[in-house]
Amino acid sequence: MITVKNLSVNFGAMRAVDDVSFDVDVEETFGLVGESGCGKSTLLRVLCGLNRDWHGAITIDGSTITPNRSRAFFKDVQMVFQDPYGSLHPRHTVNSVLSEPLVIHRMDRIDARVAAMLDQVGLGPAFRYRYPHQLSGGQRQRLAIARALILEPKVLLLDEPTSALDVSVQAEILNLLKDIRQMRKLTCILVSHDLAVISYMCQRIAVMNHGQILEELSPAQLTGTTGHHPYTAQLLTASRGYDHTLAQELPES
Amino acid sequence: MTAQLIVEDLRVRFSTAHRVIDAVRGVSFTVGREKVGIVGESGSGKSMTARAILKLTPPQAKLAAKTLRFQEIDLAAATERQMLKVRGRRISMIMQDPKFALDPVMRVGDQIAEAIPADRRGSRAQDRERVLGMLDSVQIRDPKRVFELYPHEVSGGMGQRIMIAMMLMPEPSLLIADEPTSALDVTVRLRVLAILDELAAQRHLGLIFISHDLNLVASFCDRVLIMYAGRIVEQCAASELAHAKHPYTRGLLASLPRVGDTRGRLPVLTRDPAWLSS
Amino acid sequence: MTTIIQPSTKPTLRAWLTADVTTSPRQARLQRAYFGWRRLSGNHLTMFGLSVLLFLVMVAVLAPVLAPQGYDAQSLTDRLAAPSAAHWFGTDDLGRDVLARMVYGTRVTLMIACLVAVIAAPLGLLIGTTSGYFGGWVDIVLMRINDVFLSFPGLILALGFVAALGPGIRNAVIAIALTAWPPIARLARAETLTLRNADYIAAVRIQGASPLRIILRHIVPMCLSSVIVRITLNMAGIILTAAALGFLGLGAQPPMPEWGSMLAVGRAHLSGAWWVSTVPGLAILVTSLAFNLLGDGLRDVLDPRSDT
Repeated sequence: MITVKNLSVNFGAMRAVDDVSFDVDVEETFGLVGESGCGKSTLLRVLCGLNRDWHGAITIDGSTITPNRSRAFFKDVQMVFQDPYGSLHPRHTVNSVLSEPLVIHRMDRIDARVAAMLDQVGLGPAFRYRYPHQLSGGQRQRLAIARALILEPKVLLLDEPTSALDVSVQAEILNLLKDIRQMRKLTCILVSHDLAVISYMCQRIAVMNHGQILEELSPAQLTGTTGHHPYTAQLLTASRGYDHTLAQELPES
Repeated sequence: MTAQLIVEDLRVRFSTAHRVIDAVRGVSFTVGREKVGIVGESGSGKSMTARAILKLTPPQAKLAAKTLRFQEIDLAAATERQMLKVRGRRISMIMQDPKFALDPVMRVGDQIAEAIPADRRGSRAQDRERVLGMLDSVQIRDPKRVFELYPHEVSGGMGQRIMIAMMLMPEPSLLIADEPTSALDVTVRLRVLAILDELAAQRHLGLIFISHDLNLVASFCDRVLIMYAGRIVEQCAASELAHAKHPYTRGLLASLPRVGDTRGRLPVLTRDPAWLSS
Repeated sequence: MTTIIQPSTKPTLRAWLTADVTTSPRQARLQRAYFGWRRLSGNHLTMFGLSVLLFLVMVAVLAPVLAPQGYDAQSLTDRLAAPSAAHWFGTDDLGRDVLARMVYGTRVTLMIACLVAVIAAPLGLLIGTTSGYFGGWVDIVLMRINDVFLSFPGLILALGFVAALGPGIRNAVIAIALTAWPPIARLARAETLTLRNADYIAAVRIQGASPLRIILRHIVPMCLSSVIVRITLNMAGIILTAAALGFLGLGAQPPMPEWGSMLAVGRAHLSGAWWVSTVPGLAILVTSLAFNLLGDGLRDVLDPRSDT
């Protein structure tokens, strides 16, 4: 479904994404895990069309992608942003947020589609005319997901969708994402720094650091203790929480 | 273990024209020379509890407690002048983001030196030596070079270590750390925690570690307090967390995904309104 | 804010305005306006400013009722008469009732203020947001034009325009508007530069929205608050500039009762007939102050950062 070959993005002298190549199959959820600054978010922004300054070859659903995207492209590929507090316009109601993409793409039955979408993400009609500041973090993220899905895309890009949410809300959103991707047969790319979230949601995982993909593996392979790139092993150790032996290993001061 | 800090029935209330918000509703706990973690989500009151201990709550907040005692000092009755002797000297606090806690126009070394209490200052050279020694104890490899840097020139992990150095200069007995590693990358996080662990043991510090990350706190601290809606709903040893009794804690633990998780759906925490009044 | 709803004694209206579940866009918008109004009305100084302005509006509207004799009824025998029961503010050098001229002058002042705001604010907003959003050479060209206007002191520039266009109230309004738009554009551009990188702008870009839609529907609403506050605070300066032009004989032409020209006329008689200058002078002062107070209050309410 998605093929990326030798993608590079430079911000001035810095290589944010360094010669990255990977594939994503149809209806697969591909995970990109790495720490801040590794280039995973930049990669996503290139794929969704926000960043036009890149080199390499990208194909989505058979068509070659150029830096300038057509309007039809945006119908097929959508993104959910990390910060539910920043990704919604403070002055637009829920109804406005969901109808706007439909108006831009001149789709029909706007009212029905908006109502249906609100139901699908677990927000009822009571939320339709609220403003973002009247919604909780979890509700806002549901709205962001609804907004991404209302154009019925084939590909959904998720940039740390639960990182800014409380732990107790995270499970709801992850469950929602699982349900929706199955129902709509979506191909997804999920970016996160949280190895647990990635291994829960994805069928294949790529580990990124300093703009490069170091390793590709499956969640099952993650739990295995051998055969990892040292950085992956580091991430795995970190995800298990703190270990008191680390203090003992510190050099004497 | 004797308790250094005794908190009994702590309450923090915000009254505005339209409504009253109880940020902390009757919290009681003790901290000895051990690592105690306070875990909660946003709005649980954990940060406000920490600020209340140091009486650093916003001016419009009202603080009340049956007992708020640190060693021999009655914090509840202490005046602002008395609190000035406590803050930073007997009880120190580390914040989340060193970028915001360090003075951007002062060199790092000078800031740490400033933290030495006035009555323990020596000459400039002596103070400098003490600072370099402190930088060394937080595992900074090139203390002399780092001494001269400005805060914007240091990375997140180093910045946090500098904060720790600064907060430990006056040799406090209790350290409060409010989400000290949340802004750091996972790999850096463990190093900073190791340093904190080592120093706390070396100096027999009490440590209050506030976080939203249950796993991290459970693995780092000796005891864990779980806060929900301004109350402590669970207090247990870190090793006993898996056998937690309160439904909120159990729900939270169950809803966390883990590496190698084979569950199809994550159980969602359902909030029982009864928890608000338990 | 064009919709100001007084909390009614009827429970149903208030309930509708504070309802948790909104069922129509209109209700949502009116709720926002209502809460904004509640915050505004809490500030007493602002309410004072607003009342003064509302009073002026009423005076302007009711001018024919309040001063039925009109503003240019001359009576040369009654020249420079002191304030009395017949003429509450006395008469000017042509025997015209100062109060009547003040009342009609309110119309002139408010008209100038409104027209300038209506021209300068949208113009500045559009130029500023376009400049900030596109960046590049669009930004450079527009901002250099902006700089040219900004580099002149307001009054000098207005004088220059009026001198070129000819005296008269219409040209005065155009001239003042041309000096009022640059700071608005600067402000709008600065706001746009920050907003441009927001996630919600990115989100609508990846829906395929055109720049026009983004600017008009997403960026302008966020800049609106600052612009409203700015123009309200600048209103004092606008009124003073209009008064100065009038004072210099370049704004409203006789016999139109513009406060500034009234001030000018009374200058020659200051020692003897102080009321001819003082009354319009005080009116200018109070009006400017009222706008300032209102602008301050609006800023507290409309600041998007403190949106609750």
